[in-house]
Amino acid sequence: MADSRAVKSLRSSPHLKQSVTVAQIMRNVVFALIPVCAWSVYAFGFSVLLLLATTTLVCMLSEAMFCRISGRTSSLGDWSIVITGLLLGLTLPPGFPLWMAAVAAFVAVGLGKALFGGLGYNVMNPALVGRAFVQAAFPVAITTWSPPFLPGRFTELIPSTLTAPFMMPEPIDAWIDQKSIDAFSGATPLALQKFEQVSTPLTELLTGTVSGSAGETSAIIILLGGIYLAARRMMDWRLPVGVMLGAVIVSLPFWLLDAARYPDPLFVLLSGGLMLAAVFMVSDMVASPVTPLGVWVYALFIGMLTVVIRLFGGLTEGVMYAILLGNAISPLISLVTQPKVFGERNKS
Amino acid sequence: MTEYALILLSTILVNNFVLVKFLGLCPFMGVSRKLETAMGMALATTFVLTLSSVFSYLVNQYILAPLGLEYMRTIMFILVIAVVVQFTEMVVHKTSPLLYNVLGIFLPLITTNCAVLGVALLNVQEQNNFIQSLFYGFGASVGFSMVLVLFSAMRERITAADVPEVFQGSSIALITAGIMSLAFMGFAGLIKV
Repeated sequence: MADSRAVKSLRSSPHLKQSVTVAQIMRNVVFALIPVCAWSVYAFGFSVLLLLATTTLVCMLSEAMFCRISGRTSSLGDWSIVITGLLLGLTLPPGFPLWMAAVAAFVAVGLGKALFGGLGYNVMNPALVGRAFVQAAFPVAITTWSPPFLPGRFTELIPSTLTAPFMMPEPIDAWIDQKSIDAFSGATPLALQKFEQVSTPLTELLTGTVSGSAGETSAIIILLGGIYLAARRMMDWRLPVGVMLGAVIVSLPFWLLDAARYPDPLFVLLSGGLMLAAVFMVSDMVASPVTPLGVWVYALFIGMLTVVIRLFGGLTEGVMYAILLGNAISPLISLVTQPKVFGERNKS
Repeated sequence: MTEYALILLSTILVNNFVLVKFLGLCPFMGVSRKLETAMGMALATTFVLTLSSVFSYLVNQYILAPLGLEYMRTIMFILVIAVVVQFTEMVVHKTSPLLYNVLGIFLPLITTNCAVLGVALLNVQEQNNFIQSLFYGFGASVGFSMVLVLFSAMRERITAADVPEVFQGSSIALITAGIMSLAFMGFAGLIKV
C-alpha cells in the first residue's frame, strides 16, 4: 500500500523560487533612493522637493509621450523612469531653475532612452545624458551651489528655483548672505580641496552637511541603500566596490607623495557625487557589461577615471563624465571579455 | 619627454579629432558598422596619418618654405596624402587581400579623410617640429582609432536595439556620436594647452 504523501514531485531545472521582474527591481531601487531624497529635501529645503518632483514628472510625461508617438505600450509601469527622474534631480544643484531641470529631464528621456528604443536598449545612462546636456548648455546655473540647513528653507524657495522659462536665473549670493550666519564661499568640498587645499571634515561628508548637488548628501544613507539592494541581489555589488577600489588605487599614490596637495582616499570616496554614482548609476543594469571580468574592468575604469578628472581636469567633479565614458566602452568590454564557453577548444 | 606625452594625451583625449574637433566624420560613420572593419580602418588610418603628418612636414619645411610657395600648401599636402594612401593600399592589397576587400572603397577614401589633411595643416599652424609632427600625427590617429573601435562596438549593440524606424541607421549613430562627444567634454582642461 503506497503512501501517496511520500511521493515527491520531481521537476527539472531551473529551480527558481520566484521570478524577479524588472518592475520589482526598479521599485526596490526607488525604495533605496527615497531616504537619499528625503535627507536631501530636509537639508536643502522645499526647493529640492520641487526640483525632484519636476524632473520625475517631466521624465514620466516624456516617456508617456514617446511611447505614444512610437506606438508602444506605455512603459511607465516598470518604474525605471522614476529612477531616471529621481537620479537626475539628485545630480542637479539644489537651486537649479525648474525650467532647466525640465529640459534636462526631457533630453534624458528623449536622447538618452526613447530614441534607442526604450528600457534595455539605451547605451548610456539616461539621467547622466540629461545632466551632461545641461552642463554644456547652462554651465553657470549648474555650478551655482547653495549651502544646506539654511533657516527658513521650508517656508521660502531658493530665488533661482522659480526662474521664468528661457530666462537667466538671478544670482543667489545676496540671498545666501542674508540667510546664513557664516560666510558661504559658494564652493563645494571638492572645489575647496582642489583650489584651496582645504579638506572638509569626514564627519560632515558622512552625514551630508555640506554644499553640493542635491544628492551629494550623506554617504551613510547612500551606502545603506546600496547595502539593501545588494542584500536583495538587485544590484551587482562588484560594480560599486570596483568603482571605490579604482578611486582608491589612483588617489592613494598621489596622497602618499604629497598629502598637502592631494586629497586622501577617504575624502575622495566620500566627497562629491562618487558615492551616489557608484551605488545608483554605475550599477545601472542596462549600460554595464555582464561578463564576470568585464564588470570589474568597467567599474575600475570608472573609478580611476573619476579621480584622474578630479585631480587633473578642469572640472571639480568627474564622476558623471567617467560613467558616460564607461558606458561608451562597455559594449567593447563585453565583446573582449567573453568567458570561455564550456567545452570550447583553443583555436589552433 | 613630458612634452611628447602631453602631445599624445592632448590629441588622443582632450582634443580628440573626431569627438572634439569633429574631423574625419565620414569614415567614422562609414566603417563603424562592424568591429572588424573598424579595426582594419583604424590600423590603415593610423599608418597613413602618421606617415602623411611627417611627410607633409618635410615637404612644407624643405620644399615649400625655402621656395616661398606656402600658398601651395593645401594642394601639396593632398598630393602627399594621396601618395601615402596609394602606398598603403598596395601594402594592404599584398599582405591582406581579405582586409583589402572588406575595406573596399574606404581605403582610397582615406585621402579625403579631413582628419588627415587637418593634422597636416594643424602641424604647420602650431609650428610643430619633426618629432612633434610625428607625435601629433600618431596621437591624432590613435585617438581616431580608439573612438572608431569603441563606436563600432556600440553600433553593433544598437543594431540589436529596437530603435524607432525613422531613427534607424545613420541618424541613431550620429546621435550616439553626439552623446559620446558630450562625454568627451569631461577631458576638457586635463592639459592646459
